[in-house]
Amino acid sequence: MLEIKNLHVEVDGKEILHGIDLSLAAGEVHAVMGPNGSGKSTLAYVLAGRDGYAVTKGEILFQGKDLAAMSPEERAREGVFLGFQYPVEIPGVSGLSFLKAAVNEVRKHRGIKELDAMEFLKFVRAKLKMLEMGDDLLKRPINVGFSGGEKKRVEVLQMAVLEPRLAIMDETDSGLDIDALKIVSSGINALRGLDRSMLVITHYQRLLGYVVPDKVHILSGGRIVRSGGKELALELEEKGYAVLGADAA
Amino acid sequence: MASSTVETLQSVIQPYKHGFVTEIENERAPKGLNEDTVRFISAKKGEPEWLLEWRLKAFRYWRDRMLPEGDPTWARVSYPKIDFQDAYYYSAPKTKAAPKSLDEVDPELLKTYEKLGIPLKEQERLQGIAVDAVFDSVSVATTYKAKLGEMGIVFCSFSEAVKSHPELVRRYLGSVVPYSDNFYATLNSAVFSDGSFVYIPPGVRCPMELSTYFRINAAETGQFERTLIVADKGSYVSYLEGCTAPMRDENQLHAAVVELVALDDATIKYSTVQNWYPGDENGKGGIYNFVTKRGACRGANSKISWTQVETGSAITWKYPSCILQGDNSVGEFYSVAVTNNRQQADTGTKMIHMGKNTRSTIVSKGISAGHGQQTYRGLVRVSPKAEGARNHTQCDSLLIGDKCGAHTVPYVEVKNRSAKVEHEATTSKISDDQLFYCRQRGLSAEDSVSMIVNGFCREVLKELPMEFAVEAQKLLGISLEGSVG
Repeated sequence: MLEIKNLHVEVDGKEILHGIDLSLAAGEVHAVMGPNGSGKSTLAYVLAGRDGYAVTKGEILFQGKDLAAMSPEERAREGVFLGFQYPVEIPGVSGLSFLKAAVNEVRKHRGIKELDAMEFLKFVRAKLKMLEMGDDLLKRPINVGFSGGEKKRVEVLQMAVLEPRLAIMDETDSGLDIDALKIVSSGINALRGLDRSMLVITHYQRLLGYVVPDKVHILSGGRIVRSGGKELALELEEKGYAVLGADAA
Repeated sequence: MASSTVETLQSVIQPYKHGFVTEIENERAPKGLNEDTVRFISAKKGEPEWLLEWRLKAFRYWRDRMLPEGDPTWARVSYPKIDFQDAYYYSAPKTKAAPKSLDEVDPELLKTYEKLGIPLKEQERLQGIAVDAVFDSVSVATTYKAKLGEMGIVFCSFSEAVKSHPELVRRYLGSVVPYSDNFYATLNSAVFSDGSFVYIPPGVRCPMELSTYFRINAAETGQFERTLIVADKGSYVSYLEGCTAPMRDENQLHAAVVELVALDDATIKYSTVQNWYPGDENGKGGIYNFVTKRGACRGANSKISWTQVETGSAITWKYPSCILQGDNSVGEFYSVAVTNNRQQADTGTKMIHMGKNTRSTIVSKGISAGHGQQTYRGLVRVSPKAEGARNHTQCDSLLIGDKCGAHTVPYVEVKNRSAKVEHEATTSKISDDQLFYCRQRGLSAEDSVSMIVNGFCREVLKELPMEFAVEAQKLLGISLEGSVG
């Protein structure tokens, strides 16, 4: 699904990622853990194609295609979804109309018939039911005045609605209390599937108690310093980043 | 703004879509402006003596008291001095006699309106909107006239109203915007060629939207139309106005006057989607839109609501205002103005509170992109007798790119201690974060901008009648395509 080979990334002329290799098969969930400043968010942004994150060496292949050559919207339409650490507010634009536009862009790209307002509503309601959510948040302007937990729940809902093939969750657990964390985690789990891969980026182990990864990678100083099974996350919790050869958190 | 975003947006610059010229024979007054021009226009229209006298009074006032001072310079717009002798003041599509029905209208004209998406014939049969089509300041067709006539509603061209309802025209013409009001209104009073007239009789709720569609076609011709709407006691009317013009290299002056009168318990809702040619990206050509719009809430409990979406014109100078004379009367102003490329706009409103418990609301959304410069200029005046007056003003500016400007000039004059006046203002930019968020969900850069801008304007757009709201949303998108830079 996703092949990252010897990836070097610069931001403002400064190299942040120094040769990342990562291979994510269809249906797998990998966790990327690391202390602050290790390059976690840079990895998320470069995969999504944010301006200013330049690939200077190496390649990113997504379903065999060169991801780095695509615009952010092309990547999204191909099935790359980024769950934001800080979802932005867009005043005056309701979640429903925003998502309808997004879903139809994806459908257009894939050559499927676009949904009209009624069809879309039906489609969204099914997703809301699956995630045990009401539609109240979607009727409001997107993220405006939402609590931290509400923002993250809507991110997960957007993922459900857009049905991506690769979902990158950037510190989805940050700023959540334990109840919100449980709700968001169960949402993510509900969306795991054989045709969907996930890259869960987190600082702490606690999310991984709910969303159990197939593999864990530890990122430090722009390099993956260790990879292992889910038990690596537990080891990390016990001993801290320093012991694992990573910079202190 | 990150550079690749800028490039994406610049690559999709869309040309103005209504920039075609219709080949049609025109009848024009000789170039220049003097008493003879005024007499020529009046004679062409077969006007009564009193109207000619009124025009001449306006012309002399303009020539003797205003022209020596020059055109107003207080607005925050700049343009080369206008030579008022180097223009035509009357241009009319040549027809033998006034058309009695759409079948008699020049097919070229009908085609023009069809191209603009206003098929008059279809409109007459299918849609619930009555349209008065004004081509180069002359009304060429009015649909649904007969049906409205059964309810006593008068909806026709101004020239026709002068003939069919002279007493109404004479009573209300210049009663809200006097002939001596301001430079451009006075000029208009002297040389106005046509426009729309509406009268709603007491207690009648106009069953459909009334709409005037203005089209400038002729070159080097000033456009001076005049609209007068009178809503008698307890009546209601919703009126829409749309405008387009061909692309021309020279600037064209458009100086219209709109007067609204609402008597006791009457409501007038006036919506504008203005899309005159804005000039090219270097500021060549485009319409100078110097317009005076004013409504008088003359009766108790009357209400006048202005909604405008201004995306066109090289320069906009426009302040739709309300004079709240009647007790408990209500004035509203909802505005979206876009300035892109080299466009300039100085626009806002005046709310003059005179009656007791009068209320006004101002919501202004300004969007500047490219080298666009925009000023909100508003006056809220509470006179000594306006006990319990209330105003709320909200004034938001959105900047796209770093070469544009937004300015806010609110004037507040309160002479009654019981008044409550509130003013809120914000200035924001479309952030890279917002753009990236939208694009990450699959929206193209230009669709993202359009969505963010539409969200920013939502409070105003929801005030527009349905048919117009859709058009306005599309227009906002088009006006801003290629805007970040």
